[in-house]
Parts: sequence; structure tokens; C-alpha cells
Amino acid sequence: MMRFILPFVVFLIMAAFMYVGLGLNPHEVPSPLVGKTAPAFTLPQLHEPAKQFSPQDMKGKVWLFNVWASWCTACENEHPVFLELSRQNLVPIYGMDYKDKREDGEAWLRKHGNPYALVVSDAEGRVGIDYGVYGVPETYVIDKQGVIQHKHIGAVTPKILDEKIIPLVKELQAK
Amino acid sequence: MKKCLLMLLLCLLPAFAYAGEAKDMAADPVLEKRMIGLAENLRCLVCQNESLASSHADLAEDLRREVREQMQKGLSDQEIIDYLVSRYGDFVLYDPPVKKSTLVLWYGPFALLLAGAGMLIYQLRKRKSQVPEAELSAEEAQRAASLLEETPASSNQSKDKQA
Repeated sequence: MMRFILPFVVFLIMAAFMYVGLGLNPHEVPSPLVGKTAPAFTLPQLHEPAKQFSPQDMKGKVWLFNVWASWCTACENEHPVFLELSRQNLVPIYGMDYKDKREDGEAWLRKHGNPYALVVSDAEGRVGIDYGVYGVPETYVIDKQGVIQHKHIGAVTPKILDEKIIPLVKELQAK
Repeated sequence: MKKCLLMLLLCLLPAFAYAGEAKDMAADPVLEKRMIGLAENLRCLVCQNESLASSHADLAEDLRREVREQMQKGLSDQEIIDYLVSRYGDFVLYDPPVKKSTLVLWYGPFALLLAGAGMLIYQLRKRKSQVPEAELSAEEAQRAASLLEETPASSNQSKDKQA
């Protein structure tokens, strides 16, 4: 009897590992920045390049930081989610136009709508590197102390927004 | 004829593509070499099976630029690696450090090897105890002895035949 049970148990263990392993998304690299202070930067605003923005301006507020670009197709998919969220006035959304031409970014927002309280322009992608951006879109939830509490890689779906981001934002706002 | 010429021109295109790649070479070849040496041990996050040195992804180019600039500032290789790890995690390293979360990665194969060797030894021992030494009766022993005596002669005969 043992000679059948043992291989079967080994098979079950391997099958369990493979089931979990194959279900993982290799493109989701856990960010070491979660739990750390959002890296400081000063960038020109997209619409008014003369004005600048820096995350320190947001101290005392919970906010979302969404990295997007006009060349990014997944951004088009998540955009309606942010448009809807901005209508609810739950949390300010700040955008960063990543490795993009100013005109292209502005044109994209005119076409698809602008859910952002403010957009900064990271034309060279340097701030992106500081934030560990490797695929757009990426979205960060930053708390009142300026600490990154959550990072979402890839397009935000209504499900992720309702189940993860909004509850987290409410919890952080209550603190 | 025109078509042929066009085809020939198209064949030249890859050469230009390569020229585009070469523009990355900085003015300082020593620094460039050091940068490539470091980038070969770092993983590109976009195309994950390529190193930062060989990847053509936009992000890889930016990261190479970042590494180059930090080298120009006089940072050591370790400081640059630490910077990248603090941004992208151990994932950027092809040679991840030994720590709690990577114990299985580092020692798992050896554990499996040991377990396999243990199983093998256990099975072999068990098999040995299952097959008893054959005991011959007096009659069988005699027969065996006579067969052994006969064999050399008969084999010689067969050799003769072959020759």
C-alpha cells in the first residue's frame, strides 16, 4: 500500500506548488518601497511647467499617486476607474506623466478626461526610477505622513479599487 | 531591377539598427566597461530574462544611464547595487542574497538531494534484506562444481571452432 501512497503524496505536493506557482504573475515584483517614505522630488506641472510640485506639499493628506503615459494602452483601460473615483471626491489623485512629451500628455488628457488634481511631468523618467516604476500604469497610496502604504502595478480595475484601494484610503484617512 | 535594389537596401537596415545601439557608448570607455560589467549581473525588470546590459527596453536604457551617472559621481559598485535594490528589490539581482525569504531558494535543492540520497540508501538496504543469500543443498553444490569444471573445456572447444 505504501508504495502507492508515497508517490501520490509527492505528486500532490508538487501539484500544489505548481498550482500556486503558475498562478503567480512574474511581472508583479514586490516593491521594497511599501512602508517607506515616498521619495522626494520636484517636478514641473504638466499644464503649467513654470509651477512645480513636490510630494512634501501633500503632508497631512492621504493621496493617490498614479503613474501614466499617453503611449501606455493599459492606462486607457484604467482611466475610467479614476474618472469615476474623482467624481466621488474620496481622495485626491495626483498623476505623473512618465517618459512622455508634454503635448502628447496634454492631448491624451483632453481626449480621455482629466481625473487628476494635478499632473507632473517626468519626461526623462528619473523620478520613475526613484519610485521603482518599471511598467506603467502604477499606482501608489500615500498616507498623511508621506509613507507609501500600497503599490499597485498594472491597471487598476473597479474590483481592486473597491476591495483594496478605497478601504485602505478610508482606513488611512481615519488615522 | 528596382525591386532588387530595394531589397538590397532593406538588407542594409540591420546595420543601421546596430548603429543606433552603439550610441549608448559613453565617451569614457573604461566607465562604460565597468557599467556593462555591473549591468550584466542585474536583471531588467521589463523583459525579465534579460540582463540590464543586454536589454533594449526603454527602462533598461534609463537604468544604464542612471548607473553610468552614479559611477561618474564616484559611487562604488556596491552603493549603486544598494540603490537599485532599495528601489526595485532583490528582484534586480541575478545573485540574490541569502536571507530568511531566500533560504529555500539557496538550500532547497541540497535538501532535496539529501532526501533523495536518503531514500535511495533506505531502499537499497531494504532490498538487500529482502533477497536472502541462496543456500545450496549438497546435491546442488556438487552439480555446480561439476558444471564449473566442465565449462573451461567447452569454451576452449568453441574457441577452436571459431578459429
